[in-house]
Amino acid sequence: MFCAVAASTPALDIANVSYSYGARLALDDVSLCVSPSSFTVLLGLNGAGKSTLFSLTTRLYSIPSGRIRIFGHDVAREPRAALSRLGVVFQSRALDADISIQQNLVYHAALHGISRSRAIVLTEQVLRQTGLADRAHEKVGSLSGGQMRRVEIARALLHRPKLLLLDEPTAGLDVKARADILDHVRRLLIEQGVGALWATHLIDEVAPDDDVVVLHKGRVLAQGSVTDVLIATQESAIHAAFARLIDNAEEAEAAS
Amino acid sequence: MRGNGTAEAIANFTPAQYWICLSGIVRRESLRFIHQRERFFSALVRPLVWLFIFAAGFRQVLGVSIIPPYDTYVLYDVYITPGLIAMIQLFNGMQSSLTMVYDRETGGMRTLLVSPFPRWWLLTSKLLAGTIVSILQVYCYLVIAWFWDIQPPIVGYFTLAPALVICGMMLGALGMLISSIVKQLENFSGVMNFVIFPMFFASSALYPLWRVKESSPLLYYICQLNPFTHATELIRFALYEQVSWISLSVVTCCAAVFLSGAVIAYDPARGLLARRRG
Repeated sequence: MFCAVAASTPALDIANVSYSYGARLALDDVSLCVSPSSFTVLLGLNGAGKSTLFSLTTRLYSIPSGRIRIFGHDVAREPRAALSRLGVVFQSRALDADISIQQNLVYHAALHGISRSRAIVLTEQVLRQTGLADRAHEKVGSLSGGQMRRVEIARALLHRPKLLLLDEPTAGLDVKARADILDHVRRLLIEQGVGALWATHLIDEVAPDDDVVVLHKGRVLAQGSVTDVLIATQESAIHAAFARLIDNAEEAEAAS
Repeated sequence: MRGNGTAEAIANFTPAQYWICLSGIVRRESLRFIHQRERFFSALVRPLVWLFIFAAGFRQVLGVSIIPPYDTYVLYDVYITPGLIAMIQLFNGMQSSLTMVYDRETGGMRTLLVSPFPRWWLLTSKLLAGTIVSILQVYCYLVIAWFWDIQPPIVGYFTLAPALVICGMMLGALGMLISSIVKQLENFSGVMNFVIFPMFFASSALYPLWRVKESSPLLYYICQLNPFTHATELIRFALYEQVSWISLSVVTCCAAVFLSGAVIAYDPARGLLARRRG
């Protein structure tokens, strides 16, 4: 699946992006595509370049070569239009523990130019979906890890983005909380018609209907629907396909 | 539903939305400060230690002659109060800027930087928020100092406010600029030794400059060139309902230069910081 043949404007279109930290190449000519309303898993081991890709997509770093578009808006040239369509859940915790859930969400809304009165209405809506409506005035510090993640997801969806980026959102959670978060996000995204790029190194987070992008040492090894990747690798399960892709890449690297 | 601020509505932000963004950042910073009691108290204790102990000890040794803006002889603790106010802002500015630089890739700053507003606006708002927190500290200090017989004219409390805004912005921007550029100054003890102490001591905060001139003309000129001297003097005059035009110009120009420099140097996208990660 490449963006060139996609029927509608892709939610996220990353084309020929390379990035290096000094001499170390972190991303090597990466191109990938996320279709609107799809659930795309960015699968890669630690150090694959997932976080760098997120830093570039969220305009934390400038893009030295290649381009990134969000619903057709170039992140470098039209950051306002691009970023307003984007919701982000960062890997590191990004809520203020000292202030209430509502205060956190109202602050986020202000960063998107949404007035306080409207933000309070939106906050009630998103917290209801999250099952935390009755705790809006509690301090974030009183929440469990899984609940904090839910609030972060609610926050990322507050300004009604059309694409959600999640950088290892289940990191540090136990098995049950992980499954809950994954179900929660999948359900929300279907309800709201929002697309997602979900970065993880946990293969069991991939569902049969998802799209996947396999990133390894800064290069895209495979992308497409789970079925496409299984056919291409001649494997019957996604974890085997992932292992095969990594092995092949390692062998090729050793041979060169 | 196409509400104000949802993705469809944002082609360009209105001035009202810029204001919403700014006030949201200020509000959040103030809430955090109020909820962090330890931070609140430690910010107050430092100038009070100087006032209660240092100034009390020196008031017998040092007399201060009549110099503007004072129209009478003043006690030493009255003299150093503007310097201590500037010190509150200096510490606060350095501390909050360091946090911004140090935490730029963790959650809090990334949340800020992924906002669709222009970066210069976000960073200026963030600095202004830090300045407002420092102003809260200053007024708390002044309330306590009032009971210590440091009683400037009532109107002075109001004329002080705009001076504090400019000085706070200048010091915050300076902190952000140097900690973005000089890698060694990314921790607080480095900043303390190489920035805070030299700036504070080579200024008019603790002693009038004519006295410095008597002992060392070179140091006198260094003090004159120190923007912190001008911050202190701007505050000193404002507290007594006067304007030191030279200091106002120096502080305003420095604030503008430091702020522009800080926005350029801080911006991770421009490569300065990205290159350093390598």
